[in-house]
Amino acid sequence: MTTLPTSTKKKLGLVIDLDICVGCQACATSCKEWNTGGYSAPLSDIQPYGADPDGAWLNRIHTYEAGTGPEGRTVHFPRSCLHCEEPACVTVCPTGASYKREEDGIVLVNPDTCIGCKLCSWACPYGAREYDPAHGVMKKCTLCVDRIYNENLEEEDRIPACVRACPTGARHFGDLGDPNSDVSKLVAAREGYDLLPEFGYKPVNKYLPPRPRRDAYSQDKSTVAAAPIEPSDNEAGTMAAKLFTWADRMLSR
Amino acid sequence: MEPVIARSPEVADEIKTTTCYMCACRCGIRVHLKDGKVRYIDGNKKHPVNKGVLCGKGSAGIMQHYSPARLQKPLLRTGPRGSGQFKEISWNEALDIATEWLGNVRKSNPRRLAFFTGRDQSQSLTGWWAIQYGTSNYAAHGGFCSVNMAAAGLYTFGGAFWEFGDPDWDLTKYFMLFGVAEDHASNPIKIGLGKLKKRGAKIVSINPIRTGYNAIADEWVGIKPGTDGLFVAALIYELLRTENVDLDYLVRYTNVPWLVIDNPGGPDDGLFARDEAGKPLVWDKTAGRVLNGYLPDITPSLSGEITLPDGKKARPVFELMAKRYLDKQYAPESVAEETGVPAEDIRRIAAELADVAFKQEISIDVEWTDWAGRKHDKMIGRPISMHAMRGISAHSNGFHTCRLIHILQILLGSIDCPGGFRYKAPYPKCIPPRLKPKGKTGEVTADEPLGGPHLGFPTSPEDLLVDQNGKAKRIDKAFSWSAPLAIHGMMHMVITNAAKGDPYPIDVLFMYMANMSWNSAMNTGDTLKYLTEKDEWTGAYKIPRIIYSDAYYSEMVPYADLVLPDTTYLERWDCISMLDRPISEPDAPADAIRHPVVKPDRDVRPFQDVLIDLGARLELPGFTNEDGSPTYPGGYPDYMVNHERLPGIGPLAGWRGEDRNTFGIGKKNPDQLERYIENGSFAIHHLEPNQRYYKHANRDYLDWAVSKGFLSNDAPLVFQLYSEPMQKFKLAAQGHGDIQPPDYHRARIERYFDPLPFWYEPFEGDMVSKEEFPIHALTQRPMHMYHSWGSQNAWLRQITNANKLFINRAKAESMDIKDDDWIWLISHIGRVKAQVKLQEGVNPDTVWTWNAIGKRKGAWNLDEDAPEATQGFLLNHLISELLPERSDGYHYSNSDPITGQAAWYDLKVRIEKADVSEGTGTQPVFEAFEVPLDHDVPHVSNFGAEFRPPNPEQSKPPQPSKEDNAKEEADK
Repeated sequence: MTTLPTSTKKKLGLVIDLDICVGCQACATSCKEWNTGGYSAPLSDIQPYGADPDGAWLNRIHTYEAGTGPEGRTVHFPRSCLHCEEPACVTVCPTGASYKREEDGIVLVNPDTCIGCKLCSWACPYGAREYDPAHGVMKKCTLCVDRIYNENLEEEDRIPACVRACPTGARHFGDLGDPNSDVSKLVAAREGYDLLPEFGYKPVNKYLPPRPRRDAYSQDKSTVAAAPIEPSDNEAGTMAAKLFTWADRMLSR
Repeated sequence: MEPVIARSPEVADEIKTTTCYMCACRCGIRVHLKDGKVRYIDGNKKHPVNKGVLCGKGSAGIMQHYSPARLQKPLLRTGPRGSGQFKEISWNEALDIATEWLGNVRKSNPRRLAFFTGRDQSQSLTGWWAIQYGTSNYAAHGGFCSVNMAAAGLYTFGGAFWEFGDPDWDLTKYFMLFGVAEDHASNPIKIGLGKLKKRGAKIVSINPIRTGYNAIADEWVGIKPGTDGLFVAALIYELLRTENVDLDYLVRYTNVPWLVIDNPGGPDDGLFARDEAGKPLVWDKTAGRVLNGYLPDITPSLSGEITLPDGKKARPVFELMAKRYLDKQYAPESVAEETGVPAEDIRRIAAELADVAFKQEISIDVEWTDWAGRKHDKMIGRPISMHAMRGISAHSNGFHTCRLIHILQILLGSIDCPGGFRYKAPYPKCIPPRLKPKGKTGEVTADEPLGGPHLGFPTSPEDLLVDQNGKAKRIDKAFSWSAPLAIHGMMHMVITNAAKGDPYPIDVLFMYMANMSWNSAMNTGDTLKYLTEKDEWTGAYKIPRIIYSDAYYSEMVPYADLVLPDTTYLERWDCISMLDRPISEPDAPADAIRHPVVKPDRDVRPFQDVLIDLGARLELPGFTNEDGSPTYPGGYPDYMVNHERLPGIGPLAGWRGEDRNTFGIGKKNPDQLERYIENGSFAIHHLEPNQRYYKHANRDYLDWAVSKGFLSNDAPLVFQLYSEPMQKFKLAAQGHGDIQPPDYHRARIERYFDPLPFWYEPFEGDMVSKEEFPIHALTQRPMHMYHSWGSQNAWLRQITNANKLFINRAKAESMDIKDDDWIWLISHIGRVKAQVKLQEGVNPDTVWTWNAIGKRKGAWNLDEDAPEATQGFLLNHLISELLPERSDGYHYSNSDPITGQAAWYDLKVRIEKADVSEGTGTQPVFEAFEVPLDHDVPHVSNFGAEFRPPNPEQSKPPQPSKEDNAKEEADK
């Protein structure tokens, strides 16, 4: 069993806006390309050109439909490690390979001491751990720990690869332990929520819910359409005549 | 103790900027190189297109670059076409063969070369090469992509959705997105949608399928395919009915006051009344007489019959429009059933448009001067913008539907105003641009160049490329009576027509980067037949020689006789030119280059270098000096810097002139490419604030555009809501003029060449039985593969490697169809077997699937049992390139009657459950290709292991043997 730090100095994490995510996979492939040559290198791919291609990905996008008929909606849901405050995946680790960093709260796996027993992936209710069968070790989102402090990168690039790539701006990175951080304010303003809070693992990452729709089924009735008329040939002539009278005000080019 | 980890690993030895080519979007990228290999690709923050972000395709570029499907050497066919049997040959031999084949054709009849390119971004070079060669048969893939959008826009307001404009993402308050529209703006649309969401602007999506962008829309209108024009016409009806149109804008910038001659049966019926100088006339209320409609400060009448000085009668365009669109057929109640959109929703959306346009007007405090020299103290905006692409375009009613959308935009006063839809340079252009297509009888001569461009903008029957009997002069029949405004050509008809010798046979088919034997073919099965069909007497292939260039072993390669292997996008020069389709932003004209950031490790050459080399070997004018030496011995980069189309105008606009710092026109600069590379591989010019809106009528913009050669004069560009060129074709069909359509084309030309857009049912749906084929079938590409090169990409194919047929859940349940059932999808020409996935968010009368996932066995160097080949299916097998036979036996192509746009989305089908005895797996399945490449693809890819930063504590590479240990551990 592995112990957790009593507290962390920061709670670094992601805020993911489900109202904006279009499911383009930019965060998934940018994560893959960064991390396959980074801390977790490689994120191996089995049968990359074969019948059952499957590899280790630290971030995957799922598409769900919620609701039925015209009131239903489609939601794109990016899924990666939530860097929980009390992660069972760490406490269950028999070797200490899984650990939560005291400095910033990032949950990491030390590939040198991981024995690939998969207890952590069984413990994680979010399915966020990725076993790399080619190397027999567990891999997971590192929050790009090799980017966010990297002095070889320009300062503005010291953010996770997925946040850097996201075209719609649906992903945000910051210290969720600091109530005055931009991410904390965003979570407060948009009523960001925890995934499966009932498990008590206290995820650091937050999701922002889709905003209410503004259509025939929504409450927003601020614009009122003109009263309809029964369409007919007669009516078309009357409408045209009325339109021409209106248009006949002095117009100059 | 926590382990010590490397906080600042070295990422790259070198970072090079270039331009992405994972799709047609042309984002700026930074390629991080380590030990000579590509470690990482991210977006260039300084780049105008993507501003640093990068989509799912761009971020998977590494796997495209290192793909095992890359061709290695030139190939010469040794087995039958389609077998995949080739021998490798040297470049010298390949170029000798190509020169001989192409040279023989040029010496006899240059028309017998058909040169067509696919997703090529070097059309200003390929087109110019084809002009010098002298064939009339050249085009790129626009005819089967989005020509309806380009043509409708260019004939209406001198711009287009496509790549020629953008919504004003920063200011718009109401955005309407019609149909599949990812095409040429992957990251810009995503960035834009993000901005709208943050500002709370409303997004309305009109699309039968609720995926991707439609999923995040504030309102999803799940319309029935092909009825968007009817929906838009109903919005126009409502806006006219409720007097919510911008009259000032209409009078100032459009032809609504122009007088149309009312002379039924006469040769001038429906043409504009014009003065002796040819200027269109309006009735001026103040003067009480007709005046030149281009004059400033006139007070034109918008309705009423006018008697012209010559006694003829005429009426203003506005009156004709009102009569057309206030007709009861376009009332919301009348269209609700056909479109599937309730009348009250149409009325509400119309009211929302009116509210935003007229009650939420915005203005920018920037003084500007209009075309007539009048000063305005601010720029007024109607913050409504729209965007559409293939979902509108790929129907046989797409041209008119797109014109209807533009009319809606213009009635609201929202073209190139703050918050509206904005032009991107070199647009706006003359409406339509003045170029005419070349290739008439007498314009194609042995050993001579073509006297002008292949593609242009016909404005009357005189501009068509037909002989005296009305027969097409081009192999694809573009600019003939079957598609008079085929301004991008009709690549989808080339193989069919060439094999049938209709209108004539060809000797050489030369193609680049177009998978025309598979997912870019309409009717793939018959296309394969045409590619391999032999003359029964001579035994020779009906298409005698096929030369093809591609970087990958696509399905088209095995059908070529000679294969010229291209490089990947990271190994090449390219030029995204102002002469073609640059990367301009509304506020900033811009162009870009690609440059080689890594060297090829194979015996391949960039196609553009090869084309220039062939030009010199063929001694084409423009590619050869007087002494016979090549004009561009340095290949494409030499051409990019030193070629001039007109004095001072070259492929690249940046860093020209004596000062080597001028944007636009100027002397060539030998250091130009270095300047581009230093600047992130693009050049940009920022317009002054007073030039940024109303470009069609803005003195400071028009003068600037003339000085840069974008416009030939500074006249204002008057929007053509009523299109006179259309009426000229209609008059010809009615028996007027010297050039008239053959009788079997008359009725069609007369009906569809309507100067005011209208809605009609797409052809296939109208011609096949609604009982037999009741369902619409559509495709779209997944966002992570849109406009991209195949799913052989090791990462992207893990996300999608098989496609299912999506069916509306309630509809499927009514047919007793469940998830994962296998069904037959049947059209009037064939059937495919597919597996089902139920979906809530799809129009009940529509089924759809992801396009171009299905691959042929052996292609792309995938294993033969790859799901792409065993489960992936194409709808192309069901989509005919020809419409059903008419009563007189004539088959029109399955295309828009105006532009020849391939009508992919007109497909109608029925569904039958597959019998269990038919098993699983898709049908049809074609014989596997032999693969002229090594297939020693590893079972496990460890890409990236070599980049792993050393661990500060201990450096231990990953141990594959751990797998066994882990298994043992797990077993305990």
